[in-house]
Amino acid sequence: MERVIVAMQDPDMGVKMRNQRLLITVIPHAMTGNDVIEWLIQKYNITEEEARHLGGLLVQYGYIYPLRDPRSLLLRSDDSPYRFQTPYFWTSSRWPASELDYAIYLAKKNIRKQGELVDYEKENYSILHKRINHTWDFVVMQAREQLRASKQRRKADRIVLECQEQAYWLINKPCVNMPLYYHYTTTIQLRYYYYTTIIHRRALGRNRVKSSICLESFMKYSEQYLHHDPIMSGCLPSNPWISDDTAHWTINTDMVGTPTRLRVERWSFSFMELLNDSMGRREFMIYLEKEFSAENLCFWVACEDLRHGESSKIILKVEEVYKNFLAPGAARWVNIDSKTMERTLEGIKRPHRFIMDDAQMHIYFLMKKDSYPRYLKSELYKNMLAKAIVPQETKKSVFPFMRRQRHSSPSPAMVTQATEDDGKAKGAGPTGTSSTTNSQI
Amino acid sequence: DFLHICKQCFILWLREKQFSLFFCEVQPNETLTNLKAESDTLKTKLEDERAKLHDVELHQVAEKVDGLGQFIMKTRRTLKGHGNKVLCMDWCKDKRRIVSSSQDGKVIVWDAFTTNKEHAVTMPCTWVMACAYAPSGCAVACGGLDNKCSVYPLSLDKNENLAAKKKSVAMHTNYLSACSFTNSDMQILTSSGDGTCALWDVESGQLLQSFHGHTADVLCLDLAPSETGNTFVSGGCDKKANVWDMRSGQCIQSFETHESDINSVRYYPSGDAFASGSDDATCRLYDLRADREVAIYSKESIIFGASSVDFSLSGRLLFGGYNDYTINVWDVLKGTRVSILFGHENRVSTLRLSPDGTAFCTGSWDHTLRIWA
Repeated sequence: MERVIVAMQDPDMGVKMRNQRLLITVIPHAMTGNDVIEWLIQKYNITEEEARHLGGLLVQYGYIYPLRDPRSLLLRSDDSPYRFQTPYFWTSSRWPASELDYAIYLAKKNIRKQGELVDYEKENYSILHKRINHTWDFVVMQAREQLRASKQRRKADRIVLECQEQAYWLINKPCVNMPLYYHYTTTIQLRYYYYTTIIHRRALGRNRVKSSICLESFMKYSEQYLHHDPIMSGCLPSNPWISDDTAHWTINTDMVGTPTRLRVERWSFSFMELLNDSMGRREFMIYLEKEFSAENLCFWVACEDLRHGESSKIILKVEEVYKNFLAPGAARWVNIDSKTMERTLEGIKRPHRFIMDDAQMHIYFLMKKDSYPRYLKSELYKNMLAKAIVPQETKKSVFPFMRRQRHSSPSPAMVTQATEDDGKAKGAGPTGTSSTTNSQI
Repeated sequence: DFLHICKQCFILWLREKQFSLFFCEVQPNETLTNLKAESDTLKTKLEDERAKLHDVELHQVAEKVDGLGQFIMKTRRTLKGHGNKVLCMDWCKDKRRIVSSSQDGKVIVWDAFTTNKEHAVTMPCTWVMACAYAPSGCAVACGGLDNKCSVYPLSLDKNENLAAKKKSVAMHTNYLSACSFTNSDMQILTSSGDGTCALWDVESGQLLQSFHGHTADVLCLDLAPSETGNTFVSGGCDKKANVWDMRSGQCIQSFETHESDINSVRYYPSGDAFASGSDDATCRLYDLRADREVAIYSKESIIFGASSVDFSLSGRLLFGGYNDYTINVWDVLKGTRVSILFGHENRVSTLRLSPDGTAFCTGSWDHTLRIWA
C-alpha cells in the first residue's frame, strides 16, 4: 500500500495536485477524489470499479484523508478534496497508538470547543479520565500547550494539521475498554520481542544435520514403503474402495491366523513398526519370553498405559509399576542403570504422568538395540515370514457394471461393549444391512 | 491486528496468574528498541547458520528416483447428508468409519464403505470446525464457535440421545480450530483462535498443559508419530509453524517462511519432517533435523489457498485440498505436480488419508464428502 502512495506523490508522475477550496480557506497540496481514481486507472491499467475499490481502501487505512466531511472514510469520485496523510501518521510506522496521546487529543478537542466531542469520544474521554487520573494534570497541560502552538500557525496549516490528526485518530483510536491497557502496550511489545529472542537463541544452539543427509533419508523411506503404499502400488487382493471387496481388511485384522507377507516384512523396517502392530507385539513378547527378558516389554507397556491413561489412576499405576518392576526383589525386575533408577525412585515420591519417562526410554532403547535385531534373525521371525500369505490379486469382474453388495461391519463401539457384557459373546456378526437401506437417524 | 494482540495479552496476563508460563520476567532497563534490534540480529544469524548446512536441494537428490507415471484416482464414494458446509473430518482406526462436522452444527458418524450414517449429533453451536475420532472407536470429539471441545461417547442404542451423554472437556476463550486425541481416549489436544494450544484430561476436564507462543489464531495441529511420542506441530495465522514438547509446554522449533495463514500441518510418515498448506497458495515441506524449509510445492496456475494436506502412506505423495475446489497431488521428492482431481463443487475444506493408506477422504463446502482411491 505504501508503495502505491509514494508513487502517487511523485511530483512528475503522481496525482495532480491543486489548491482546493474548503469553504473559504484554500488548502494547498490537495487533490480531488476524481483525480485519485483517474490516476489509479491510468497507472495500474485497471477498471474504474477496481480503482474505486483500491482508492477506498487507501482512505480506510488512513493514507489519504478527506478534508470535507472527515468522519466519512470514503473516496468520492467527484471534486471532494483529499490530502495525503503525512508519513508520521502512517498506520504502519506507529505501533500501537498510545492511550496518553489519545487522551491529549481528546482533551484538546474538548478545550477548543465545548460539545465538539462525539458520543463515543465523550465515553472514551471519561474512561481515560478515570483510568489515568494521576497524570490528568499532565494531559491537560499538554493539550493547552499544543493548542497555543497551533494558534500561532497560519490558518491553512492549522486546518491541515487538525484534519491529519483527526483522520489518524479515527482509524487508530485505541480500545480504552481494556483494563490495564496503557501498562500493556509496552509490555506486549517487550514480551513479544523477548520471547522471539529466546526462541532464536535456542534455535542457534541447536545441532543441525546437513541437508544432504536429511533429504537422502526421504528417498530411502519412500523406497522402502513403496510396495506398502496402496495408492502407489495397489493392494492385494484388491483395494476395497475400488472393488467393493473387503477381503483386504479381513486378512489384515488383529486376530487373523496367518498374517500377510507385507505385514511381517514391515516389522523389520523399524522397532516402532513392530510395536505398533498388535500381532507383531505379541510375537515379540513370545520371543522375549524365550529369552527371559519379557519383563522389559511388560514394563514398557505399563509405562505407556501410565502416560496415556486417566489422570485419576496415575498414583495407583505408579505404585503398581514400582511393585512389579522396580522394587528390590520385584517379580519382574527390570535392569535399569543406577543413575536412572535413583532418579526414578526419587521421583516416585511425587508421582505424575511422566515420572517413568526416563526409565521407559532406557528400556525402549535397550530392546531396540539388543532384543529387536536378534528377533529379526531368529527362527521365530523367519518362520513367520515363510508361512505368511501373499494373497492373489482379484481378477477384475467380467461384468464391471454389476456392483457387489457392500456389507456393514460391526461398529468398534459395539465390539468393545460386547466383550464387556458377556451376553453377546460373539461380538456381533455382520449386521448384514445391504447398501440399499440407509439407517434412519 | 493490534486489538487482537491486546486481547491475547490480557488472556496471558490472566493465565499467568494461574500458571507460571515460560515468559520470563522482563528486565526493566531493556528498552524496546534494544530488544527489537537483538531479535532481528539473532534472526539473521539463525538464517545464516541454517544456510551453512544446506548443501543440496531436495529435487536434486531426487533426480535419481524414477518419475511417477499417470495417476488415476476417482471418487469412489460420495457421502451426502450434511445440510451445510462440511468443515472437518477424521477417520476411525477401523479404516472405514469416519466422523464429519459441518457449519450447521451437525456431527455425523458414517460407515464410509457402505455410505450409511450410523450416528448423528446436533451441536448447540454452528461452525463445528474441529472433530476427531477416539482411538478406541467408542467416542468422538468436536467443537467450534462454542469455544469448547466436547466428547460424545458413541451409543449402541440407536434410540438414545447422544447429546445427553456429552462431556465438555476443553475451554478456550475463542473458537476451537482443531482437536485430536493423543494415543488414547483419555487425552485431547486442542488448538484455538485464542492463539494457544492445550492438552486436556478427558475424564476430569483438567488442563494438563498449555502452549503459548503463537501471536495470532492457531488453525491446525498434528501429533508426531515419533518413537518417544511427545511432540506436535501447530500452524497459525501468524504464518508460523511451531513444534512443541507436550511434556514441558515449550516451543522447541519454529518455522516462518509462509506468506500467509497456515491452514493445515501434517507430519511426514517417518516423523522427521512435516508439510504445511497455506493461504499463500503453496504447500511446503520442513525438515526437523535440518531445521529448515526444504521444498515448496507451488505452481503459477494455483492462486487459491490450500486448506488441507496429507501424505500417502509412503510419503511419496502429498495431497492438497484447495479453495478452488480441486485437489492437487504432488510428488514430494521431485516437487512436481502429479495430478489434479476435480469433483467438488465448492472449496475443499478438509482432507485426510485413511489409516491403512487405501484411500483419502475430502470434505467440502458443497455439503458432501468424497472418498478417493
